Order: sequence, then structure tokens, then C-alpha cells
Amino acid sequence: MSAPLHELGFLEAADALAQKTVSSAELTAALLDRSEKLEPALNSLTWFDREAALAQARAADAARAAGDARPFLGVPIAIKDLLNVKGQPCTAGSNILKGYVAPYDATVIARLRAAGCVFVSRTNTDEFAMGGSTETSAYGPTRNPWDVARVPGGSSGGSAAAVAARLAPAALASDTGGSIRQPAAFCGVTGFKPTYGRVPRYGCTAFASSLDQVGPISRSVEDAAAVYQLIAGLDPRDSTTSPRPVEDVLPAVRAARDLKGLKLGLPKEYFVEGLDPEIEQLTRAAVDQCRALGAEIVDVELPHSRYGIACYYILAPAEASANLARYDGVRYGFRAEAGDLQEMYEQTRARGFGAEVKRRVILGTYVLSSGFHDAYYLRAQKVRTLIRGDFERAFARCDAILGPVTPTPAFRVGEKTSDPVQMYLGDVFTVNVNLAGICGLSVPCGFTAAGLPAGLHVVGPAFREDLALKIGAAYQHATEWHRKRPVDPQGGRP
Amino acid sequence: MSDYVPSIGLEVHVQLKTRTKMFCACPAHEEGTPNVAVCPVCLGLPGALPTMNREAIRKTVKVGLMIGSEISLRSTFDRKNYFYPDMPKNFQISQQAAPLCIGGSVEIEVGGQKKTIRVNHIHQEEDAAKITHLENSSEIDYNRASTPLMELVTEPDMSSPDEAIAFLTALKEMLVYAGISDCNLELGHVRCDVNSSVRPAGTDKLGVKCEIKNMNTFKGIHRALEYELERQMETLRAGGKLTQETRRWDDVAGVTLPMRSKEYAHDYRYFPEPDLPPVTLDAATVEAWRAELPELPAAKRARFIRDYGLPEYDAGVLTADPAIAGYFEATAQKSQNFKAVSNWVMGELLRALGEKGETIADAKIAPEALAALIALVDAKTINMPAAKEVFQILFDRGGEPAAIVKEKGLAQVSDTGAIDGFAEQAIAANEKVAAEFRGGKEAALMFLVGQVMKLSRGKANPQLAADALRRKLQG
Repeated sequence: MSAPLHELGFLEAADALAQKTVSSAELTAALLDRSEKLEPALNSLTWFDREAALAQARAADAARAAGDARPFLGVPIAIKDLLNVKGQPCTAGSNILKGYVAPYDATVIARLRAAGCVFVSRTNTDEFAMGGSTETSAYGPTRNPWDVARVPGGSSGGSAAAVAARLAPAALASDTGGSIRQPAAFCGVTGFKPTYGRVPRYGCTAFASSLDQVGPISRSVEDAAAVYQLIAGLDPRDSTTSPRPVEDVLPAVRAARDLKGLKLGLPKEYFVEGLDPEIEQLTRAAVDQCRALGAEIVDVELPHSRYGIACYYILAPAEASANLARYDGVRYGFRAEAGDLQEMYEQTRARGFGAEVKRRVILGTYVLSSGFHDAYYLRAQKVRTLIRGDFERAFARCDAILGPVTPTPAFRVGEKTSDPVQMYLGDVFTVNVNLAGICGLSVPCGFTAAGLPAGLHVVGPAFREDLALKIGAAYQHATEWHRKRPVDPQGGRP
Repeated sequence: MSDYVPSIGLEVHVQLKTRTKMFCACPAHEEGTPNVAVCPVCLGLPGALPTMNREAIRKTVKVGLMIGSEISLRSTFDRKNYFYPDMPKNFQISQQAAPLCIGGSVEIEVGGQKKTIRVNHIHQEEDAAKITHLENSSEIDYNRASTPLMELVTEPDMSSPDEAIAFLTALKEMLVYAGISDCNLELGHVRCDVNSSVRPAGTDKLGVKCEIKNMNTFKGIHRALEYELERQMETLRAGGKLTQETRRWDDVAGVTLPMRSKEYAHDYRYFPEPDLPPVTLDAATVEAWRAELPELPAAKRARFIRDYGLPEYDAGVLTADPAIAGYFEATAQKSQNFKAVSNWVMGELLRALGEKGETIADAKIAPEALAALIALVDAKTINMPAAKEVFQILFDRGGEPAAIVKEKGLAQVSDTGAIDGFAEQAIAANEKVAAEFRGGKEAALMFLVGQVMKLSRGKANPQLAADALRRKLQG
């Protein structure tokens, strides 16, 4: 008997559909059945509509029967609840957007729709992508499929958990300070944040506009590359997208077997106190594997790395404070009835937003306020330039940079909710990649003694997605970590 | 002389005449059904992003070029944060750190005195939605949200309400001329924040500034300034102190009133708009835009006086509207008689347009036709009453003057034989009047000329008729 349908990856599903060994309706139904079964334990999805998804799948099957040969026709994909899909709810994990139905497709969604993909479910996220554990979601925390007592990471914890638990072959997610890579590492799946400006943000509910980037979470680098290629490229609706053509990286990614001729940098700043010893050991083993594959490992310096967290937690909230101002109860979403306009604003936002969002809006408002603007916002912009310069200098010495994705494996649900600073420190290895606007890949690189996954971070220069993906693919070709899967969780939520 | 000297500065917001809105493809200037010219971008829906309207940039840069600003080849946009339901994102995309146009000046003339008003800068921004407050609710029309706006900020160089109005009039004339804006005040195309202060005569330091927000008629601005300057001076004369504040004009009561600090006390928390890359222009583009600029009204007036030999009054009337000026020039090019062209345009044409409530664009009379009509008058083919009749026909339905003259039989009778006949008939029928003329009453001749005209049904050349009568009566 062949493997169950839900085990099919994104490219495998495309092949199976092309060979007509399975229909999109069968595959979609299998994923929905599985979602219904596992969701009580995982809470990785915010919404799915069996009939809507099946209707889309049947339409894809009918098109294929009529001779439509689009390569990804009928392939299901899950979508982070931050991305607007026309006719579906889009709440960004927040009560303030309760009942809001998107009237338009995000550009990435329009591209997947044009490719024929089926939007099978929407995945949980920290509220407005603000968090590293998916615990700030208005829908409650998502659980890590490897240990339901632990968090899946965040903010794209729903996407990572759903892909790890085989509720979808792949998912779209977004990454502002590590929100794709960190949950991918926590859940033992592959996550890819492209270069800023590579993937259109139009229709991705904004958290921090100069840092947000949409990317895939999948079970292999090949699948990540396939999804990435579908969504990348210039968008006239997003002025920050690059006009560079998107090259076809898939053949090179599929053919990647070794790392000969590549210089991979190892920043000494990434192996410091606070790094969990097991994570350090797993990362070093992965680096050794890369060396064994033919890469030359060189030391590089990223001296301003240690200012990354402080810089990020000024700039991201500053932008967010403006981006989230539109949620005011006037036009859409939740509105608190109140006596006058001012009170309506206050009550709507007081009740509509959760604590973490409020914390960041207040923080962002503060750092932009007259009298503080120069000391915080302006200073942070200068630090951001220095961090970008660190990477430019490092990439003069190496092709890509390796390191850990997270300082620790997945922590317990509730463990850090009362200590936001501890939560923020979890972003230490990922935020600098967003601040520098470059690309980063997280690939599974082993397990702790407790059976929790760890991720290897492959950081590439701007617009060298091809390089980061090839390195990750060669590593996955030589290792089995990405093929490990969690035991299906049983029953309801612990 | 007054004991206090006023200083007035203006912040002028002007809606640009563009096809689409500032940051999306929705049509701008949709005045009909509310909330139809809207999309995710101008409604500030989650995930929507702005994109730049280059036409708006071009128009604002052209204003800068007209007033001699320095054009920023790299300008940036900023978010101006404040909450109000007319602002869908609760921030306005504006320019603070690096506006499009820096400096510049506008010449005004009040009471024969010329004066230069300096401009601090012009920046590009988006308009807010239109909000109508009803008794127990408010209605918001987002058609206007994100209409392209330019904001021009002057230095406090004006010293009377008349100067402020002269500045606005000169600016408006320029903007209409260059097709930057229709400047329709009733439609809210031009809105002003008016800053004023007074200082003791003979001192240099500006007094305490008061700002009157959101003025949208020139008359209102004049009245508000008259009131406000007087209020400030009275306060100081009475030994009182002024505080820097924002006020609003109550048009009915004719007074300015302080606004509650809550209504305006904002820390706008400007920061660079991360969704829009800087707007970069190259010098060649700016020069190409400069080449598109029309001749400005003052220069055109001077040229009309010089090249067409027109009186200053005529030049002023003809250049007040670029379309009229264009019509004049098109006609003058086909005519030898510039003053006659000016008279016809200022007189019959503007009258006829006014009666019909039309603009020159609607007029059916082609410049060539008016020139031909003037030529017929100058050649004495038709007389003035006939020419006015022909003009009205040309104005109503167009056509060729010569053909109309022929069709209506309006050509002057210059045939002396025919005129002699009419003269004899007139004398025969009016022996008494003829006797009076012979008796030395010169005025009696005019009566007889009138009779000849009547007999010829208006077609006789009056000069020839008079000559014929004189000959017959004196001969």
C-alpha cells in the first residue's frame, strides 16, 4: 500500500495529480479529515470550510480532465491568517478583525490561485504576527506536534504545526523578525524567508512594513523553492518589490548534492552564552556535515548583532503603531458601542487588541513621540544601517552564513508569557536577517534528547535565494532530519 | 499709521487635477454617489499598499518650477499620525523631511505696489475623506480620500488681508493656467490654514502666532483676517497677552474662536513611509516638465500689450482666463485688426458666453470666423448692426460669416445709384425736415440718414447715404 495522501509533499502532490494517481478532491478531503481529527489537540488552524475547499478542488480536477496541465493545479496549501484570500475571513489572529471577510486577494494568493492551488485552511498566528509562540492569538495557543505541552514557535506557529502534522503539504507564512524560521525550527520543518522586496506584501496584513516578508513553510527545501517561485517577483501594487526577474531555481535545487567550492561563514557572535548546549551541539554537527559536503567553513564577524534585538523592538513597534491605527471600529471589524468618537476608539482598541499588541503599539508610539524620536527611532535606524553593513562585509568573505535559528528548543506553553523580554530574546538569531533585508532558510538539523527539533539557519545575501536554497537542499540530500515526523497527537488539548 | 504691523503666512492645500487618486487607481474628483470611487488602498483595508501617482508629482513639481523653487531630485514621504474618521489609515501619507519643492516666491500687486511673497516649500500629500456631521450621526464619503493634494507653505510675508487675497488670487491664476488644478473653491479644491501675528511698529521680532484652520473661501479669509488682526491688536493695546493657539472662523457670527486643544494638539509622530521608496527625478525630466509650462499670466499680459498694442485694461481682461487668451491669440493670428479682435472678444463674445453660461470651449464660433467677420466690417461690406447679427448666428450655430451675410442679404449697399434713389425718396417723403436742413439745422441730416437706412432695410452704407443726401440737398 502506498503512503497515505496526507504524507505527500507539495511537489509530490503536484506529481501525483499530474499522473492522475490521485484527485485534488481526494487529497483535499484527506487533509480536511485529518485536520478535523487533529485540530482539537493542535489548534493550528483558525478556519477551514470543507465545502469551499472541496469546490475549489473539484474545479481543479475538472480543469485537469479538460486538459489543463498547469503543474500545481489542485495542489492544496494552507494560508497564514494574515494573508487576504477573497471571500475568506482574515483576522490576523485578532478579535479586532472578528467577522472581517477579505474583499480581495493578496498578490501572493492571486498568484497561487492562478497556478491552480487549493486554499485548504487558514493557519493560526500570534495576533498581528506579534509573538514567538502563537500564544498571543485570539484563537488561543497552537500546540507543537512534537510535544503538545510546548509551543510551535511563532508567529507562524499555525503554519509550521499544520505542515509538521501533515494537515497541509505546505503553507504560506510571513516573517518580520523570524516568524517563519523560528517556528519551522521548533516544529522540525523547512521555512524560508526571502529577501525583502522579493515577494509582494500587497494583501499581507502589515505588522512592520520595512521588515515583513511572505515565504513558505514546507517539509523540504525543494517544496519551499517551488512555492517561493510561485509567489516571488515584481508587483506593481507593492512599490518595495524588486524588478529583478525570478530565475528558475528548482532544477539546481533538485540537483544539489554537495557544497564544493562554497565558503560558508560561521559568526562567532552566534555561539555565545545563552545558547542551549544541545542546540549548539546540533548546529555544530550540521556545520560539520556541510564541511563534509565540501564547503569551506570560515570565521566571520557580525559585531553589531548584539544590538539587533533592541533595534528591532524599536523599529518594528514604531511601524506597527501606525499600521495598526486603522483598526478603529469606524469602517470594519470589531466596534465597541460608546457615547462619543473618542470613547468608541478607546473601547474598540482596548477590547479588540490583546495585551502583546497593545504593548507594542504603546512602545511604538513612545519611540516616535516628540522628545524621544531621535533617541530611539533615529538611533535604531542608524544601528540598522550598521547591522546591514556587518552582513555586507561578511558576504565579502563568504557565500552564505550558517548558525542556529533559535537559542533554545521549543519551550512550554505559558513558560514565557509573563516575561516579554525573555520571549523577545528568542529572536536573537533571526531578527538581524530582517533588519538587513537579506534571505534566510531554516532546515531541520536534529533533535534534542527530549525529542525536540532544532533548525540550521542558512543566511544568504540579498537576492541570492538560489544559493541559500541550494545549500539547504544539499544538506537535506545528505541528511534525514527533515523526513522525521511527529507521532500524531491524540485527543483534545492538554 | 497703525501702531502694530501684521504678519500673515498661508498654508494652502490644493487638490490636483489628476485622473486618479494619489496612491491608487481609483478615479479622483468623483463628485456623485458617495463611496463608489474606493478600493482597498484608499479605504485603508488590511494589507493594502500605496503606489505613487507620478502625474501628481509632475504637477506639483511644475508649480515649484513656476514659482522658482528648488526641485528635490530625491524626495521622501512620511507618515503623519492622527486619529480621525476621515483618515482611513489614521495616518496621512505626506512629506516632512524632504518635500518636493523648496523655496520660491510669488509676485503680488496691491494698490499699485508690487511685493514678493516668499514660499517656504511645497509638499505632496493625500486628501482626507469628506465628513458630514448630522444631528446624531456623521456620514463619511471616501470618494475624496486620497485625492492628490499639494500643500504650499509661505513665509509670513503678507501684511494685510488684501495682500493675502492678492497672493491667493495670483496663485490660483497660475494653477488654473498651468492646468494644475481647477481651483474650484465651492468644490473645496483650495483650502487654507491662515497664520497671523502682529508686532509693534518699528520692531522686527514676530508676535505671537494664531492659526485659523480650514478656510475655504477668499471672502471668508479676508473677513477672518480683518477680525483676527483687529482682535490681536485690541488685546495688546488693552495690555493683554496673546497665546499661541489654533482658532476657527465662525462665518455666521463673524468671529474667530479658539479650538479646544484636543481638536488640534497633535504630536504627529512623523516617520518615513516604509511602503514608498523615495521619489527620484533626474534633471532631464525636470527640464522636460519645465518646457511644458505655459506662459504665466503676468508675462502674457506684458506680451499682449507689447505685441498686439493693446491697452493694459484689454490685456488684463483677455489674460484672466487662459482659454480666452488662447482664443484671442488664435483670432488675432488671422486678423490685421488686433484692437477690433480684443473688442469683439471682451464685448460680444464674453457677453454671449455669460448669457448662455458657457465657456469658450463650448463656443461654436471659430477664431477664423470671428477674424473673417472683422475683415468684412473693416472692408465696409457690412455695417456694425449687421455684424452683430452675424456674430449671434455664428455664436449659436457656427459657420462662415460671408455665407451668412449672403444668405441673410446683409451686405451694405455701397452702390451710389441705389443710395441716390433712397435719398431722393427720403427727401420727397420728408420735405419739412429737408427744409430745416437747408435752413442750417445740421442735425436734421441724421434723421434723413436714418430714413435712408430704413428704406434700404439697414444695408446702406451710412457714410455714403449722408454724402448722397448732402449732395442732393445742397446741390
